[in-house]
Amino acid sequence: MRSDGDRAPLLLRLAAAGGLIYLLAPLLIIFVYAFTTEEKSFVWPPPGLTLKWFSVAWSRPDISAALLLSLQVATVATALALVLGTLTAAAVSRTRFFGRETISLLVILPIALPGIITGIALRSAFSTFSIPFSFWTIVLGHATFCIVVVYNNAVARFRRTSASLVEASMDLGADGFQTFRHVILPNIGTALLAGGMLAFALSFDEVIVTTFTAGQQQTLPLWMLEELIRPRQRPVTNVVAMFVVAATFLPILAAFYLTRGGDEIAGSGK
Amino acid sequence: MSALDAGWTPPPRSLGGRLGDLFWRRPGLLVALMLLPPVLWLGIVYIGSLLTLLLQSFYSLDEFSGLVVPEFTLATYAELLRPSNFDIILRTVIMAALVTVASAIIAFPIAYVAARYARGKWKALFYLGIMLPLWSSYLVKVYAWKLILAKEGILTWLFAKLHIAWLLDAILAIPGIGGNSLSVSYIGTFLVFVYIWLPYMILPTQAALERVPVNLIDASSDLGGTPAMTFRKVILPLAFPGIVAGSIFTFSLTLGDYIIPQIVGTSRLFIGQAVYTQQGTAGNIPLAAAFTVVPIVIMGIYLTVAKRLGAFDAL
Repeated sequence: MRSDGDRAPLLLRLAAAGGLIYLLAPLLIIFVYAFTTEEKSFVWPPPGLTLKWFSVAWSRPDISAALLLSLQVATVATALALVLGTLTAAAVSRTRFFGRETISLLVILPIALPGIITGIALRSAFSTFSIPFSFWTIVLGHATFCIVVVYNNAVARFRRTSASLVEASMDLGADGFQTFRHVILPNIGTALLAGGMLAFALSFDEVIVTTFTAGQQQTLPLWMLEELIRPRQRPVTNVVAMFVVAATFLPILAAFYLTRGGDEIAGSGK
Repeated sequence: MSALDAGWTPPPRSLGGRLGDLFWRRPGLLVALMLLPPVLWLGIVYIGSLLTLLLQSFYSLDEFSGLVVPEFTLATYAELLRPSNFDIILRTVIMAALVTVASAIIAFPIAYVAARYARGKWKALFYLGIMLPLWSSYLVKVYAWKLILAKEGILTWLFAKLHIAWLLDAILAIPGIGGNSLSVSYIGTFLVFVYIWLPYMILPTQAALERVPVNLIDASSDLGGTPAMTFRKVILPLAFPGIVAGSIFTFSLTLGDYIIPQIVGTSRLFIGQAVYTQQGTAGNIPLAAAFTVVPIVIMGIYLTVAKRLGAFDAL
């Protein structure tokens, strides 16, 4: 949809600009609050600016432990989701088969249904089969809803990748694995990377399902939630919040540049 | 392909090669093998858990012992219709509907400008403007709004600076949706919900708008359609599946959320909070399970309608 040269009507531009401000301003405010000298309330404008909360937050063992657990869970869950999501996407996009629609519904379901349902369903399953809470119970839940992110990215790329590339590779004598290694993987690689990063971000940030599957363990979002409900040290929370926003910024930029290309491969158009 | 198969085939080189050939001849086998792990995972972990949950909702809680009685009964579902519980359901559904409508209205201009007009630097800004809030930590966003809506926070300050503090007071004085400060009112809950789920509405809408062929718009104006008519008769119908796709997210996510109303809002419960308290402190797993069935049923109906409207192709 490209009609170069014309400009949006003023009202439309104002509405869009207003929308963007609504979307971005709250995140910027986080950055200001991280430096405030005020300890007890959320007073605006901040009475003074200081850097001391950064060192306080840095030396807190509970924060670093929670951060480490979050990173570990996200890594394992992403790896699982990458395998399962890619397999599903490949199967669904390559062939038409009976139950294809059901499969895509099955993949979308964990994210289409409210997270609390996934959470409580998993918890009741754990208690029914007396599975104790552990690192793996968290991973189990996370991988389940991360599959859809990988799947969505991969399926979109598979659709754009022409089947004739695969056929050409086979005609030229490559076997299935060579074709996968040298033709399919380079084609879907960036989509997988983008999907994987988004899955990682999703897992890293997940709180609703995690509250049901973590038991006594504390991931970074659970630490944050605890702090939101029963604030103990607001300035430290501000710093952690700012850190988390800054940390999401880079993967998003990377995903943007990775998924933007990919159309330019010769012969890939359908 | 069959002509090739019938002719010369290279001698299989290795196990991998032979497997590859087998899969090439019988694509069904490969598909089945590829689907096995994800279907097993989702089938066992997810559907299995959902079914155990569903089963629980047909049990009941013994009032005296506080233990779950594993006998089939519909009594727990009947409990949902009690005024106190039914209010929770009604409140949540109304909130979800309002949030969905508001998101659609706010999202459309952003999606439209991003899809049709934004180029270069602006395109990147729009991308960031949508993706950054989408992927930033959910809790951090809620936290940011707690800062904004607090009584001593930025909104109060802004209203005072603009000399319209009376307006804020008037809004807060509205019975039912007002409150002591924005952070303990339904307005606050509503604002945060809309903010958090808005990107989920923008993205599918934008995707649908990007697919609108520009020559259709040109044709409409060539044939004498005013911009308003073109919008109503060409753009909106083509964007509609995208909006419906977005509404699946905004509606579903609002239905199940229990953290936002807990942190910003009144003390009255939403479905998610009811589930959480019932399974946690109250220990009434059957009632919690019955409560979760409500959003499942609502979303089931919603998804069926959405499918009819073609929303799945716009996801």
